Amino acid sequence: MGPVEAFIKGMAVTGRQFVATVFGKGLVTTKYPKEMRQKPQRFHGRHVLNRYEDGMEKCIGCELCAGACPASCIYVRGADNPVDGPVSPGERYGFVYEINMLRCIFCGLCVEACPTEAITHTRLFEMSTTNRADAIYTKTELLVDEDGRPNHMVEADRFADFRELAEADGWMRATAPQGRAAYEGRVAWSGSAGVGVRPPEVGQSQDRAEAEEPSNSGEA
Amino acid sequence: MDWIDLALVVARVIVVFALLLVVTILLIWFERKIVADMQNRVGPDRAGPWGILQTLADGLKLFFKEQVTPRKVELGLYLAAPMLAAIPAFLMFMVVPFGRPFVITLGGVPRQVPLQGADLNVGLLYILAMSSVAVYAVVLAGWASGSKYPLLGGVRATAQAISYEAAMGLSLVPVVLYTGSLRLSEIVAAQSSTLTFLGQTFGLPAWNVFVLAPSFIIFFVAAVAETNRAPFDLVEAEQEIVGGFHTEYSGLRFALFFLAEYINIFTMSALAVTLFLGGWSGPTWDGSLPVVVSGLLPTVWFLLKVLVFLFLFVWLRATLPRLRYDQLMTLGWKRLIPASLVWLFCIGGALAFRNFGLPWS
Repeated sequence: MGPVEAFIKGMAVTGRQFVATVFGKGLVTTKYPKEMRQKPQRFHGRHVLNRYEDGMEKCIGCELCAGACPASCIYVRGADNPVDGPVSPGERYGFVYEINMLRCIFCGLCVEACPTEAITHTRLFEMSTTNRADAIYTKTELLVDEDGRPNHMVEADRFADFRELAEADGWMRATAPQGRAAYEGRVAWSGSAGVGVRPPEVGQSQDRAEAEEPSNSGEA
Repeated sequence: MDWIDLALVVARVIVVFALLLVVTILLIWFERKIVADMQNRVGPDRAGPWGILQTLADGLKLFFKEQVTPRKVELGLYLAAPMLAAIPAFLMFMVVPFGRPFVITLGGVPRQVPLQGADLNVGLLYILAMSSVAVYAVVLAGWASGSKYPLLGGVRATAQAISYEAAMGLSLVPVVLYTGSLRLSEIVAAQSSTLTFLGQTFGLPAWNVFVLAPSFIIFFVAAVAETNRAPFDLVEAEQEIVGGFHTEYSGLRFALFFLAEYINIFTMSALAVTLFLGGWSGPTWDGSLPVVVSGLLPTVWFLLKVLVFLFLFVWLRATLPRLRYDQLMTLGWKRLIPASLVWLFCIGGALAFRNFGLPWS
């Protein structure tokens, strides 16, 4: 390819991108604080500790999450439930629960390990702090409210998209034993405070049926 | 020449000065926006509508920034260099006509007001001289900074400027030969009729670009090199020599270099329009439009034509990678200069034939 031809070819590339961007097709930028992008269903955001629909904590203080954590960022201490006011159903509850968000690699192994679906991911990812101590999330920050909403750091945070929080953690549901194909269409997880029992995952076979049907293809 | 004439001259100079400042502010924004579009980005969009005030904000910031003076600088030249860059940049545009001259009656005397800073009879030579002076700013800045990267930039500037100054000068000679004048207003006037070539009349304006296309291409390449713009920005080459000649400059002194660069882009575009694309000439529909409108239309044509070139400058910057040093020299000395010499010979022969006939007849 001669230099003149190469020159014309190169100019055509930028010219094409220019036209595309001017007509609003090529633009890849989202104006982030103003416009939030729809995050994937299995996004690994910051963790929450869930509650049952009656307000009881799901965590039983078994420390399986801490054992599974490859980054050793979870610290759990269990304690016996007080008889006159149990925190969780059963014998024990998570007395201390801390995650060091600076160490966490958001792999989701804690979520997989949890036998009671107590710890799940959310799609919140704005976790910047101004000092290291604030990056260690304790139970105060992790435990959801009575209505199932996560305790977000900044009270009136314009970044938090609470609509997304009402949706279940797709990662937990996909990797839970109940997420297997044999359980398709069956709800095999406990209900959560605020949202109740979440609907079953859309199974793989259903996805395929939808994809093969041309009339529904434009929707998703 | 009474005091009103003097006032008119001063007014013209102030108009040109203000025009250049406004144009620079808009041009930097324009470049950032266009480059952003070519890279699928948004570009500045915070300050003012569509980010149009971004340059103003940046300029204000530079105005209030500390002007660091490194210990090893040659102080006199170090301080003089930014001004030496900005002053010729302003002066160069002074001879470019950017609108049709108009007549205004002041003090009972009708006065001709050309829309240009000064209508020099050696306009083209003056422009070449000024663009040569502007090179000193880069060289002196590089040398006076007392630091190795600026020095490298300065050395590169000397070689680059000499090579491309020659090509630019040679590419302008056919224009002078063809129009028979060094005065820019006459060059514009020569292009405002319809194109006549070899006794044929074409339905095109008599722009020099149709007759002198090779000159035009050589001129534009040399102009890009003269203004140290990508792909000829070896002088400042951020990735190689950390900004080159302006590495050690900050604050307002850096702003002056920046201002000079963008004024030069505008001037070179204006020059390309004036010499090859008919300057401000264009349909004005005199009589059917209000006097003010048809009087300002030439300026509009001029700015629109210039805009095309400014876009081209930005487009080149967004596309082409920087030339290697030997490629720069090869293009200058082995391609552009021989090409312009051959073309000069051809056009000279053709004009001699047109004016004097065959030498043996």
